Amino acid sequence: MLEITDLAVSRGNRLLLEGLTLRLAPGELALITGPNGAGKTSLLRVVAGLSQAAAGRLCWQARALQTGDPEYAQMRIYLGHQAGLKADLSVTENLRFLVELQNHEFHSDKLAACLASLGLAGAEDRPVRALSAGQRRRVALARLRLTAARLWVLDEPLTNLDVDGQALITGWLGEHLRTGGMAMIASHAPLASAAPGRCVQVELGT
Amino acid sequence: MNSTGQAMLALARRDLRAALRRWGELGLPLMFFVIVVTLFPLGLAPERDLLGSIGPGVLWVAALLASLLALEGLFRSDMEDGSMEQLILSPQPLVLLALVKALTHWALTGLPLVVLTPLVAQAFYLPANATWVLMLALLLATPTLSLIGAVAAALTASLRRGAGILGILVLPLALPLLVFGARATDLAVQGQSATGPLYLLAALLVLAITLAPLAIAAALRISVD
Amino acid sequence: MWIWFHKLGSPPHFYRTAGRLVPWFGIPALLLLVAGTVGGLAIAPPDYQQGDGFRIIYVHVPSAYISMFGYVAMAVAAAVGLIWRMKVAFAFAAACAPVGAAFTFLALATGSIWGKPMWGVWWDWDGRMTSVLVLFFLYVGVMALRSAFDDASKGDRAAALLAIVGVVNIPIIKFSVDWWNTLHQPATIAKLSAPSITMDMLVWLLAMVVGYTLFFAAVVTMRLRGEVLLRERGARWIRELNAHA
Repeated sequence: MLEITDLAVSRGNRLLLEGLTLRLAPGELALITGPNGAGKTSLLRVVAGLSQAAAGRLCWQARALQTGDPEYAQMRIYLGHQAGLKADLSVTENLRFLVELQNHEFHSDKLAACLASLGLAGAEDRPVRALSAGQRRRVALARLRLTAARLWVLDEPLTNLDVDGQALITGWLGEHLRTGGMAMIASHAPLASAAPGRCVQVELGT
Repeated sequence: MNSTGQAMLALARRDLRAALRRWGELGLPLMFFVIVVTLFPLGLAPERDLLGSIGPGVLWVAALLASLLALEGLFRSDMEDGSMEQLILSPQPLVLLALVKALTHWALTGLPLVVLTPLVAQAFYLPANATWVLMLALLLATPTLSLIGAVAAALTASLRRGAGILGILVLPLALPLLVFGARATDLAVQGQSATGPLYLLAALLVLAITLAPLAIAAALRISVD
Repeated sequence: MWIWFHKLGSPPHFYRTAGRLVPWFGIPALLLLVAGTVGGLAIAPPDYQQGDGFRIIYVHVPSAYISMFGYVAMAVAAAVGLIWRMKVAFAFAAACAPVGAAFTFLALATGSIWGKPMWGVWWDWDGRMTSVLVLFFLYVGVMALRSAFDDASKGDRAAALLAIVGVVNIPIIKFSVDWWNTLHQPATIAKLSAPSITMDMLVWLLAMVVGYTLFFAAVVTMRLRGEVLLRERGARWIRELNAHA
């Protein structure tokens, strides 16, 4: 369970949002929308733990979060604008590193199945630099299936994806939520329909 | 082995792999070192006495500048492709990951410099025993330099043009290394014992290993924010 | 205590308090500086070795002391800013840096002017001068780093961290420079022995040291008010301040 209480987020000297209170229980989705510059990315970075909030509190499983909380770090996955992949390393090397970095078990057969469903069958040993932008996005999203993270914090996850890719990720999200996962996503895509349970809509910058 | 140890090893392996796949870039600081050292005899005069007396100082300044050259890229690529975000968000202590990054960087840039030293020392007619002392001193000083440099590189990692400012930040902090390192080499050239400055270099290394990772981790959090 | 600390951290309150403090620093500073200058240049007896040449210590010693005092003040403020995330502390560190750097430069310049008649050269690789030079580089680094960031709050935190790293390093640098200097004691140049100072010289020096400290405090407070205005531009209390003016 993620609880956000009276959160204020600022960027530089500018206050982007304040007084945000939000509760996310297992199976629930928070969808962040708003015009460019409204603070969607900044909010997600604060929730992920990359930036500090200007005010307010974040609680995970009824425990106040400090910077670098290892339990939260293991259970939360963040995917921002940058994929976090090293261009010189292969798909497997990249994903294996990222999964193990987060203290999750890495299984090659799981990776193969995951890549196949992403339309990247047999790409295990290709260097990331040889992939297209959409393919890199797919590789980055593969982390969602390779870890047992309970909270997904995704910033525009569907960018660069084609229609099939978008449908696939929407399907993954539905499955994640049905199995008791949580997600906080900034996106303009109609992801709300993927949520079997409650979907909190947060509209920023109005 | 516990998971933090595994993650540290995995990070070292990842950085080494990524660097070795672009081995061309790895050689640049080394070439720079060799070229700078070559320029001095050309700019002065190829007299044995003169070169022998300025040699230790020149080698140390050149080594300092060469490692400065390599520092810029230490965190830059991780910042650009977003892997720094993932390192910061991982459950592993960032201080230890920072230590791994700095030491891996040393293994890729400082260590080759040490290995190359006997060759370069010939240009300044350094006697054999002085060459050994020089190598030992560089072996102790280059990791410290990588750690101090990593602090500055972490502070400037999010700047678009960090290279110029990096030198201003690193060189004053690296001054003790230059003083002790050049002195150790100097003493050896004169045929005296260099243990004093070598101990001081070792002490600085211990201090840097303990304190620098804390500063690197804090600087990385600032840079990514 | 905590309420006081918290109030100090609020920019409007701080801006007003600082404004009231300036004359309390400035006026005694002015009086002491005038007294010290007159006393040092006219009343104090000439040194039996250096004659009137020694009188430069009335500028050199206080500025050398402020160069270090200013750095420590900056680093302490930087640490307070990083630990308690206090905006005013960052503004204080930012206000200290150029003033401290200016005094460091003054210490170097007066040292060099003093060195010319005493040592016969403008610059001597003396341990003390060399470490003050490095201190100057550290100031420049802190200022350059702060201004290199587009995001002011990030620049503040990065510069603060560097200032703290510098404080840890200063003793090591000082030690290494002194150690290096004792090895390379230049033989040809007559070393300057510290002038044996008598009571009637010392009084004016003390007046100058206290005067410089208060002057530093006054200038930093004034700069600090400017920094606070600059950082808080667009905030409601500044618009109200303008409406009253």
